[in-house]
Amino acid sequence: MEKNEKLLEIHHLRKDYGNGPVLKDVSLDVHKGEVLVLIGPSGCGKSTFLRCMNGLESIQSGEILLDGQVISGDKTKWSEVRQKIGMVFQSYELFPHMTVIDNVLLGPLKVQKRNRQEAEEEAKKLLERVGLLDKKDVYPRQLSGGQKQRVAIVRALIMKPEIMLFDEVTAALDPEMVREVLDVMLELAKGGSTMVIVTHEMQFARAVADQVVFLDGGEIVEMDAPEAFFNCPKTKRAQKFLNTFTFESKDE
Amino acid sequence: MQDLGIRVLFMGNNFIRLLGGLWITIKISLISVVLSIFLGILLGMVMTLKNPITRCITKVYLEFIRIMPQLVLLFLVYFGATKTFGVQLSGQVSAVVVFTLWGTAEMGDLVRGALISIPKHQYESGAALGLENIQIYRYIIIPQTLRRLIPLAINLTTRMIKTTSLIVLIGVVEVLKVAQQIIEANRYTVPDSALWIYGTVFFLYFLACWPISLLATWLEKKWKN
Ligand SMILES: Nc1ncnc2c1ncn2[C@@H]1O[C@H](COP(=O)(O)OP(=O)(O)O)[C@@H](O)[C@H]1O
Ligand SMILES: [Mg+2]
Repeated sequence: MEKNEKLLEIHHLRKDYGNGPVLKDVSLDVHKGEVLVLIGPSGCGKSTFLRCMNGLESIQSGEILLDGQVISGDKTKWSEVRQKIGMVFQSYELFPHMTVIDNVLLGPLKVQKRNRQEAEEEAKKLLERVGLLDKKDVYPRQLSGGQKQRVAIVRALIMKPEIMLFDEVTAALDPEMVREVLDVMLELAKGGSTMVIVTHEMQFARAVADQVVFLDGGEIVEMDAPEAFFNCPKTKRAQKFLNTFTFESKDE
Repeated sequence: MQDLGIRVLFMGNNFIRLLGGLWITIKISLISVVLSIFLGILLGMVMTLKNPITRCITKVYLEFIRIMPQLVLLFLVYFGATKTFGVQLSGQVSAVVVFTLWGTAEMGDLVRGALISIPKHQYESGAALGLENIQIYRYIIIPQTLRRLIPLAINLTTRMIKTTSLIVLIGVVEVLKVAQQIIEANRYTVPDSALWIYGTVFFLYFLACWPISLLATWLEKKWKN
């Protein structure tokens, strides 16, 4: 695998919802097969950043390239680009009127116009991989939060995206369901998938990341390998942020 | 003689006439409902626009229709249109016009409610899969909207069937009018037929509305997410 090949490039991105910049001059490269974990305090623009990457938000200036092609222009065919950039959101966003398998098949059949039988075979294989094959004919309302998120991941995966974006996919889950979802992502990472993950699970970040990106105040403050970042963060802001995850024992 | 008022029901073709009257009632309701659903979907979509002019117009329309008693609307269209614009509308056509005006307002509001109740992330997760806008509506938004809407539309149908009893007053011979005629015609021979005839009308209304209500309840349960 060519690790140095740039898959997604973001140059000097600026995003403003209309009341001051949320992202000011952010640049970032994501290489093929790389797992980036994006962390930072709530409201610092992590979701916004991910949403800019697949065009759910317009950007005010800067450039986004996928495979060397500019995708942030006016003429971008987003429906084509988004097949290459899979995304899973925080809220359970399965389509409630469709069964699990129909949720998974909507993209392959209607967007990619794939053969039904072939797509269904693959859907089953993927559902099996996340342990949900027996749920293929149930409706989302009959699933737990963790199961829904695993289906949402399968729904994105079946499009064979070149890169996957995960926006706090475990944040709305009960604690006992977090693990089953993180395990699926960890397995994807081991399989060589390119991913950008926003998460508040620091243990997970440490385990899964090739690079940790710390975002604060609308800019990338620090970026480093996970060991280095978590053991000795260089900036004050990163230190302060990491401290919010540790507790002092009451006896000390 | 006076023992069996029900006799009147089976004299001549009285019962068939009642059924004929019921058919008029149902026909007017169904035509109005179908028109209301089409126009209501359009109105509902217009109502979700942020444009202040369409907002204002649709709002005034909705309020106007809601405040006006249906009977006043019927008189307004049946007598008013004839006198003022010289258009000769039959009672049945006037009834369809009024019930469509009313149904469109009701449906429009229901459609608007159904549309805005679909969460934003349903649109976004469709977009994130690479679906085009039209596909997002076709496969994700409209099916969910319809599921919320159809039970409500069915309820509206039953309400319309009940409200059609007003159109007697603009001279349409529907089930209630037929009932009156039968009672009148037999006033001297069977003075107590009123209870029986109106009782039959009650049952006819019930038979028309009840299955529709059941269907609505069943669909509502089936589609509950
Ligand atoms: N649609 C929007 N309109 C206006 N402001 C927004 C919108 N979405 C997010 N913001 C603002 O942008 C900032 C970053 O939000 P977000 O990207 O959701 O942060 P994070 O995901 O890091 O918590 C916040 O101040 C938020 O209030
Ligand atoms: Mg967020």
